[in-house]
Amino acid sequence: MSTIVLLTLTGLGLGALYFLIASGLSLIFGLMDVLNFAHGAFLAIGAYGTWWASEYLPGAGPDGFGFLLAVAFGVAAGTLAATLVELCVIRPLYGRHREQILATVGLSLAVPALLQAVWGADPLPFPRPDLVSGTVGVLGVNVPRDRFLLILAAVALFTALWLFNARTRYGLIVRAGVQDRAMVTALGIDVRKAFTLVFAIGGAAAALAGALGGLYFGVVTPTQGLSLLIFAFIVVVIGGTTSLTGCAVASLAVGLVQQFANYYTVAGLGDIAVVVLLALVLLTRQGGLAARKSAERVA
Amino acid sequence: MTGAEPLLEAADLHVWIEGSHILQGVSFTMPRRGVTALLGRNGVGKTTTVKALLGLVPRTGRVRFDGADTTALPTHAIVARGIGYVPEDRGVFSALTVAENLRLAERRTGRPRYGLVHELFPELRERAAQPAGTLSGGQQQMLAIGRALLNDNALLVVDEPTKGLAPRIVAEVADAVARAAERVPVLLVEQNLPLVRRVADRAVVLDAGRVIHTGPATDLLDDPDRVRSLLGVGRSAPAGNTTGRHT
Repeated sequence: MSTIVLLTLTGLGLGALYFLIASGLSLIFGLMDVLNFAHGAFLAIGAYGTWWASEYLPGAGPDGFGFLLAVAFGVAAGTLAATLVELCVIRPLYGRHREQILATVGLSLAVPALLQAVWGADPLPFPRPDLVSGTVGVLGVNVPRDRFLLILAAVALFTALWLFNARTRYGLIVRAGVQDRAMVTALGIDVRKAFTLVFAIGGAAAALAGALGGLYFGVVTPTQGLSLLIFAFIVVVIGGTTSLTGCAVASLAVGLVQQFANYYTVAGLGDIAVVVLLALVLLTRQGGLAARKSAERVA
Repeated sequence: MTGAEPLLEAADLHVWIEGSHILQGVSFTMPRRGVTALLGRNGVGKTTTVKALLGLVPRTGRVRFDGADTTALPTHAIVARGIGYVPEDRGVFSALTVAENLRLAERRTGRPRYGLVHELFPELRERAAQPAGTLSGGQQQMLAIGRALLNDNALLVVDEPTKGLAPRIVAEVADAVARAAERVPVLLVEQNLPLVRRVADRAVVLDAGRVIHTGPATDLLDDPDRVRSLLGVGRSAPAGNTTGRHT
């Protein structure tokens, strides 16, 4: 029983990390029809930005308010990078899917290479504030505290994105744009502004995932974003490419399947179990978990 | 800008889609008053002409609207200059509610005219919280027209508003177009000749991507031989019946 509780909570923590990455990816694909392979680069920028700020930024540090400031710096760096990528790289390539893929794949390789050139290929120890160090007892098992921080962050992001979609004009534009971008422009709306905003939000979420992923793994590496991006893509496909709720459910499912499979089979088989889950969903529900809920699509 | 200057002017518009030369030099003007009907057989380029005017398809040529050259402007900037657009497929957002569809059309300039829209289409107020995808075809058409009327536009572009509707609904939509036309100039793409006869002042006829006739609508519709030769129709229906289509 205690094993199941532990695997469930750590699986939910891992799923929360996947949601932080995949929600932005889903948002960008849903509205902009852009397969953003550079998303992992924003994650890496967030992680390295947080690490760098905790070491060198005046006022920031590895603990307490200083760590919060470091995370804010990392998220700001990822958001800025995403905004610049949208304006300079993606915007001239709208509707040109092949070129978009080439450009974003190029960025996904160039950014880790740049990080490696500056800070080396070796993993860098990530700061760990006292508040999220150690474990906390739940139903008789000791669960790492950082998993709860990930879950809290994912719930906060889900709520924020839901409110953005449901309550703001830009959310309205995004929901309409997912269905028919041309008609949104034919109403006199500059949908490009919504594209930039959505890309920035996606970059911010990825950067936050980078910062909190650093806590999860204990280190940052230049290629951390690339390896996590694969699972984020799987989550987006399983959840349905335009559903926030589908993305959340798929994130948790992937995290739990991975944890349980890794424990009850052979370590490392969890990754294969996730691919099997992907295949099962595609075979039984083409379009992902949210395929039959098109009326509830939010982003 | 003077009163004599056309509200809308298309000059030598060419559109190529997937290698096909769809518009082959479309040129016409639209005055600042009344309804101009864009007519022609199926597939002659009527909808493409509308899309070219709004910048929704890549085109060459020149477009002027309300005294300004809009050729190089993106669609949203052209529309924001004062155009309400009702597309052929209605363009309502099925996952959004009726109220959200209307709210999306609100512009920063000017107050949205909900009073006018709800006066013309009371059902839209009653169904405000209903997802637009669950509306009937006629209700969706009313939502599309209401959305175009929400702002104080200088021009309404309405593409085949009665297409695919049941005869009873056609009459309602025709009434709505007629009432809208009392307030704002309309560029109307339509194959329903009784409706055209009822509301249109001028007619522009397209064939094979070119304008082959312009002139007063009644002159065209009262001449069965020209209707037959230009539109491929045996006879045009009388003015009172708006449920018939000429194809």
